[in-house]
Amino acid sequence: MKSINTPQELEKIRKEIVGGRDPEKPCIAITSGTSARAYGSEKVIDTLRAALKKQGLTEKIDIRITGGQGFDEREPLLIVYPQDILYQQVKPKDISEIVSETLLGNRIIDRLLYKDPQTGEKIVNKDDIPFYKAQTPYIFGNNSKIDPTSIEDYFTIGGYSTLAKVLTEFSPEQVIDIIKKSDLRGRGGGGFPTGMKWESCRNAPGNKHYVICNADEGDPGAYMDRGLLEGNPHSILEGMMIGAYAIGSDEGYVYVRYEYPLASENVEKAIGQLRDCGLLGENILGTAFNFDIKVSRGGGAFICGESTALMASLEGKVGEPRAKHIHTVESGLWDQPTDLNNVETWANVPLIINKGVDWYTSIGTEGSKGTKIFSLVGKVKNTGLVEVPMGMTIKEIVYDIGGGIAGNGTLKAVQTGGPSGGAIPASLIDMPVDYDKLKEVGSMMGSGGMIVMDDKTCMVDIARYFMNFLKDESCGKCTTCREGTRRMYEVLDAITQGEGKDGDIELLEELSWIVAEGSLCALGQTAPNPVLSTIRYFRDEYEAHIKEKRCPAGVCKALITYSIDEENCTGCGACKKVCPVEAITGEKKELHTIDPDKCIRCGACIAACNFDAVKVA
Amino acid sequence: MNQKGIDKILEKHGYEDSSIIAILQDLQEEDNYLSENDLVYISENLPIPLARVYRIATFYNAFSLTPRGKYPISVCLGTACHVRGAPMVLDRLRLELGIDVGGVTEDGLFSLETVNCLGACAMGPIVVVGKDYHGQMTPAKVGSALKKYRKTSKE
Repeated sequence: MKSINTPQELEKIRKEIVGGRDPEKPCIAITSGTSARAYGSEKVIDTLRAALKKQGLTEKIDIRITGGQGFDEREPLLIVYPQDILYQQVKPKDISEIVSETLLGNRIIDRLLYKDPQTGEKIVNKDDIPFYKAQTPYIFGNNSKIDPTSIEDYFTIGGYSTLAKVLTEFSPEQVIDIIKKSDLRGRGGGGFPTGMKWESCRNAPGNKHYVICNADEGDPGAYMDRGLLEGNPHSILEGMMIGAYAIGSDEGYVYVRYEYPLASENVEKAIGQLRDCGLLGENILGTAFNFDIKVSRGGGAFICGESTALMASLEGKVGEPRAKHIHTVESGLWDQPTDLNNVETWANVPLIINKGVDWYTSIGTEGSKGTKIFSLVGKVKNTGLVEVPMGMTIKEIVYDIGGGIAGNGTLKAVQTGGPSGGAIPASLIDMPVDYDKLKEVGSMMGSGGMIVMDDKTCMVDIARYFMNFLKDESCGKCTTCREGTRRMYEVLDAITQGEGKDGDIELLEELSWIVAEGSLCALGQTAPNPVLSTIRYFRDEYEAHIKEKRCPAGVCKALITYSIDEENCTGCGACKKVCPVEAITGEKKELHTIDPDKCIRCGACIAACNFDAVKVA
Repeated sequence: MNQKGIDKILEKHGYEDSSIIAILQDLQEEDNYLSENDLVYISENLPIPLARVYRIATFYNAFSLTPRGKYPISVCLGTACHVRGAPMVLDRLRLELGIDVGGVTEDGLFSLETVNCLGACAMGPIVVVGKDYHGQMTPAKVGSALKKYRKTSKE
């Protein structure tokens, strides 16, 4: 692409690109983010390309490869435009039929449509699917409109027009004022007001100011940032450039999690495109604004999501946090004033400036404005990324969008805030989700993971799971965190092994206090939350493990036994075949039995049995 | 890796000591692990003492100081995978391969690792073998999932 030196040239190029595209021209969009690729989207794309070529349709039909569009449960999605027909879980073998029936015959293929499990109705258009209907996808919705590796596509949806407006019409102070008035709060977990952070950073003295995009998304079960980085990297970079202008920075970093190779790749590509057309570098759009961005890949350490640890890692050191009596906005990367914001926060910036403060603040609750992207995962029917206005209730998210609980279980809890958050019991799901409400019930917003748990989830096991995670990811700098999380894990592990003692719950509470009070950074300070919230709401489960040596959810191996139900067993032998330790005996068509001494409770027989005959007690 | 190869990587990063993490990443990308010789050579050619190179190589989970299998197996233990039964899948892999997490099978074909979340939660539990994602894993599916790699390697 030729270089773009003024806002007028940018508009001209945009008009040329838009003018050169026929909105009525048939186009097939296929999702191909990490989730879709795992389901084989690349083969689907290759097959489609070959099929179009064979039919001589290559010039007549466009293919758009997009990032994830949220509905991961149904990947890969294939959408036929302009009719707007959504096909789900598309496989290479479906392509020839899509070409002959839909593209050439203009007929809808019924079996590839989404079927509403409640009504049985087949749904043609994406927006009519319940999963999408209740969402407000102002940020994430653009993923469906663009190929993330094409800057031209981003131009067609108004890309970088907000930057041009900011650079030519607003002073840095005016930009900060807008962000402050929008009440935008950090989407990475803490919820600190973004405008205030920018202002402090701008006002801090230093030779150089840095801006950083924190894309070290480490909370297990949360992948909103990956969705944005893979699906619309330019929106994040535009936000960073606006922030850099407001703060007075000429150098930025995107610190991407090691486990996200495709996200790194797409951001690198986007930065390369910006450099090629002069939108990064010196005198951007003919103004005095200079800025460049580098991508840095993390090393697979959860702690590097903490701001000071991340900066240490960028400097080539181990990712250990430091005390924050001097804030990073005053002394951060290389001891210079540094502003660090999360991926989703940056992506909110162009939207706010574009649509205005009044529009933005009309969405959400009093203390939490705008929308939030959640990753709705676990034992829920419609797993995926959902963007909703702040203040929507957990019930609406889990049932209206998520379609309710997967399988035949019942809702027990929803865990938010990752390892720093807590479990919210089913009795509180009418609660609106915002920063402050979640804190009130002992959890937190965190980055936006929302893990649905059913009656077959053991809450003591979940507490043990998070403590195992935290003891491994503790950097080891503070003794209270390093040793405290280890000790808490040992206590929890003993409880799940049937070795819990009277007083263990109180011991956990005491350790929680020490770990929280004695640790420098948020990892340690919030580490006890999953334990405290499960004790608060599910104390009876702890007591059942400790006093009765029983796991009510049937999860903790040391406390359960497998047996075969006489009524249900048909003697088919499926369980016997899959048992890895030959613990199951029985003749064909006769009742089978499990030897409890041999059984390792691996779950293979449960998965293999079609008659619900393997019972856990 | 041979010294020429390491020199190339160091050059790419301008012999910047602050790029040490990226340098080690590039090195591991080539060889699957970091050898003692690699670390010594890097510390000799950057203003970083060996102790610090070693500290970084052991602090970050991305680095391995022992050779991994031809097909490294990663079991996702994210929360979503956990509640859908990932620990049982991991147990079955241990049994099937006869190694624990961090180990390599005797034939060098597989090594076993865990990862804290791959962000592909809809497919959970997920097991990655080499570069292939296997979704909705159950203990019973483990054997057949590995078969393909055993076969390919025999051919």
